[in-house]
Amino acid sequence: MLPQDFFRYTVKSVAAQRLRSFLTATGIAVGIGAVVLLTSLGEGLQQFVLAEFTQFGTNLISINPGKVTTHGISGALISNVRPLTIEDARILKNIPQIIDTVSVVQGNGAIESGGRQRRTTIYGVDASAARVWRFEIAAGQFLPDDPPRAARSFVVLGSKVRQELFGSSQALGTRVRIGGELFRVIGAMESKGQLLGFDLDDSVYIPTSKAMALFNRDSLMEINLLHSAGSSSTSVAEQVKKVLVARHGSEDFSITTQEKMLEVLGGVLGTLTFAVGAIGGISLLVGGVGILTIMSIAVNERTGEIGLLRAMGVERSQILALFLGEAVVLAAIGGLAGLGLGVGGSWLCSLLIPALPAHTSWSYAAAAELLAVVVGLLAGVLPARRAAALHPVEALRAE
Amino acid sequence: MIQLQHIERVFMVGEEEVHALRDVNMAAEAGEYIAIMGPSGSGKSSLLNILGLLDRPDSGSYELDGTLVSNLDEKQQAAIRMHKIGFVFQFFHLVPRLSAFDNVALPLVLSGVKPDERQTRVSAALAAFGLSNRARHRPDQLSGGQRQRVAIARATIMQPSVILADEPTGNLDRSSGIEVAEILEELNHQGMTLIMVTHDPEMGKRSRRQVLMVDGRIEGRTREDRGQ
Ligand SMILES: Nc1ncnc2c1ncn2[C@@H]1O[C@H](COP(=O)(O)OP(=O)(O)OP(=O)(O)O)[C@@H](O)[C@H]1O
Ligand SMILES: [Mg+2]
Repeated sequence: MLPQDFFRYTVKSVAAQRLRSFLTATGIAVGIGAVVLLTSLGEGLQQFVLAEFTQFGTNLISINPGKVTTHGISGALISNVRPLTIEDARILKNIPQIIDTVSVVQGNGAIESGGRQRRTTIYGVDASAARVWRFEIAAGQFLPDDPPRAARSFVVLGSKVRQELFGSSQALGTRVRIGGELFRVIGAMESKGQLLGFDLDDSVYIPTSKAMALFNRDSLMEINLLHSAGSSSTSVAEQVKKVLVARHGSEDFSITTQEKMLEVLGGVLGTLTFAVGAIGGISLLVGGVGILTIMSIAVNERTGEIGLLRAMGVERSQILALFLGEAVVLAAIGGLAGLGLGVGGSWLCSLLIPALPAHTSWSYAAAAELLAVVVGLLAGVLPARRAAALHPVEALRAE
Repeated sequence: MIQLQHIERVFMVGEEEVHALRDVNMAAEAGEYIAIMGPSGSGKSSLLNILGLLDRPDSGSYELDGTLVSNLDEKQQAAIRMHKIGFVFQFFHLVPRLSAFDNVALPLVLSGVKPDERQTRVSAALAAFGLSNRARHRPDQLSGGQRQRVAIARATIMQPSVILADEPTGNLDRSSGIEVAEILEELNHQGMTLIMVTHDPEMGKRSRRQVLMVDGRIEGRTREDRGQ
């Protein structure tokens, strides 16, 4: 049998049962699709997440009140947690490796100007925030470095807030009302985009002490530290801990280094990758079982044909090859459809999240197709062996 | 050309031995036309299966064209089936998804004949059997007689020396049965040895020689000339 005739014969057999073949190939397609999607996005996803979380700068450490353990927040939190204060932040700045600190208070509130009003996120921050978080100022300037007690009522607007309240008219220098108090607009930010669904442009920045008064708080929600590039985040975190424990009497706060955050995210990504991989694996398994089932049915239905082929001088080994070939063709079609699904899926992902780089390498695509073929081969072995083992006389009698 | 000696074929059905063939001796010259007849279960198909190398005897020897084929291995027997033997079945055994053309071409495809040679040989065969205008039809679009003609075209496309037909007219009405018999006889005239199993005495009478089987044995030979 010429190779092209062998191929034609198997493809014709598969094509003769269009619906059945389609359904069988679908299992393989989903499996291969998941594998391709995974390999296409895998690397890009890591880079994307890293970029997302370092866009506010690297070498950051954040301190939050309350001790977070692996079991959540310890009971000590309720009784004797000392709040984080601006004074804590000021003292921490004395650690040599720490370049700057930001004392953060955050809440929601209305901001109004003229007739217009908008509810946005209000951040109470220090002048240092622009540098620590790498803010880009579009117009004017960021908050001045006033002493906390004598902070002036200035506000810097996120790009969206500025657009909504002022449109194309001049915002700088105008007064806006936030929670009943008047603030003078001294700056407007460049658009920052979104971070995991939070619209960073839909927010305004006022001095920390003003925000504390506004939200009626006497403590901070977070302190952010920027440490020098050369210093190790763990050793800085150790020093921070020592200083704060000395001040608070116990470890009633949590320190999160950026590395740790990325580690946790890496873990989440790992789980996600594992889940998609598992779906792919299970689909391939189900697809393989599907091929095995369909090929077994085909051998039953075509017993007479097998007898005929034997009568025409086809050897057992060739019968085996023919049915293995059919299983492989089924799986290969599923594999190709899976490549389409995977490439299309990753393209769609990169369309929805432009920053997410998707790249399908040809070697991975070829490997995925090979995987499909191997699944087909394995699934085809049993039915094909059964077909080859049939006695020609018995087989001819079947029809 | 064909020489069977002391052929025995025993099937085990549960604990019981069923003697399908008992000490069968038979010889056939090249170009002969033999009808194998006998009651149901007498071993006609079993004999034809041995002749067609689809089954092996439990004992005895089978010589075909001077070769002791009963001793050949599976591969060599397959090659003989491919090149020397053409089968025609009661139920046609056409491949349902293939056109008449592709069904006839199948033996050529399996033996690795190139497409352009296939084209000419199959077209010629279809024309010879009056099937040229049915080349693209699938078996389910053909009548019983047409199907059997396709099957005969397929059985003879490799120019075998023997045609083995097991009740080739058993599934056809009278007129298409006669038509099919005439085609087979024409092939016999051209020199192919024709061995045909049939229940039908009318069909049997057409042959030059009848072999009667009873309970696995050949009972005696009846020589008849056509028209006698
Ligand atoms: N595979 C088998 N297993 C068991 N017994 C078998 C087998 N094949 C044939 N036989 C038995 O061998 C005997 C001869 O069978 P065979 O098919 O050759 O008869 P036949 O003359 O062709 O009958 P019919 O005219 O009905 O086709 C029968 O008794 C049958 O039951
Ligand atoms: Mg029979």
